[in-house]
Amino acid sequence: MAEKKLKQAFVKSLAVPAEVITDSLEYNSIKEWDSTAHMILIAELENIFEVMLDTDDIIDMSSYAKTKEILRKYDIDC
Amino acid sequence: MVEINLTDKHVLITGATRGIGAASAKRFAAAGATLYLNGRDSNKLEALCEQLNEEYKVTCHALPFDVSNADEVKQGFQQLFKLTKKLHVLVNNAGVLDDALIGMVTPKQVENTFATNAHSVIYCSQYAARLMQRSGGGSIINIASIIGRVGNVGQAVYGGSKAAVIGITLSLAKELAAANIRVNAVAPGFIDTDMTKQLTEEKYQEREDSIAMGRVGTASDVANVALFLGSGLSSYVTGQVIGVDGGMLI
Repeated sequence: MAEKKLKQAFVKSLAVPAEVITDSLEYNSIKEWDSTAHMILIAELENIFEVMLDTDDIIDMSSYAKTKEILRKYDIDC
Repeated sequence: MVEINLTDKHVLITGATRGIGAASAKRFAAAGATLYLNGRDSNKLEALCEQLNEEYKVTCHALPFDVSNADEVKQGFQQLFKLTKKLHVLVNNAGVLDDALIGMVTPKQVENTFATNAHSVIYCSQYAARLMQRSGGGSIINIASIIGRVGNVGQAVYGGSKAAVIGITLSLAKELAAANIRVNAVAPGFIDTDMTKQLTEEKYQEREDSIAMGRVGTASDVANVALFLGSGLSSYVTGQVIGVDGGMLI
């Protein structure tokens, strides 16, 4: 359930089709995932999962896979 | 007379225990805002919250943390996040004044002044902006200084830190506009607070004589502008540095 919401957050924030969102997707690897989209993504993740992310985690969120790992720190099991 | 109603608006003010911060807290309380007051002295914050709650019937929470410390700011905002998921206004007011001629400036003065006056604005704005996005927008008000605009003898460090506040304001205004977050600075002149009471009588008079309006400013003079910037009356104002200095010339 959480991963479905996570994927949807990525699709919405990056404005890309769902097929693009894989574990190997990395920040800045596609033009849609730039710093502006990254902050939109952060806002969306904080909104849907009701968390406030640490600045360090925002900076570390370098890929879709890494995002899942980081969210687990906030007890969000993706 | 235009009445400002900020009922249902959530406002965080740093350095709220005295001077411009305390005056701003009173102004926003009078407008009906829910307040989160920050400072380093939790007893003073609690006392002010109690007073504002009694006088204006507003909800007020004390949030003591050191704004110059990134870890404490993180913890402070995590605490704020537990209290509310919304933030509409941030007044970055916390500041220190530590003057010296350039030959006598110590590294500790530089580090402490920049950390409290400028780094704090970055740290607090980082978290506040994200909460404001959840609320659909907001207003960040940074208390700078006339010294940050024009400089003064013996105030390279203070002036530098306040010039940094202005630079941060101008950049954030551009960056956050798309998120409907306005960012403005207020540049007070010579204001009657504990900070200016440190001056000798001679220096105090010299400053007063340089003010075209012929009087020293009050903390409320500055708080009034902060309230304007935090309200819908300034809905199309961003990236501005508004002087509140009575026509002071330095």
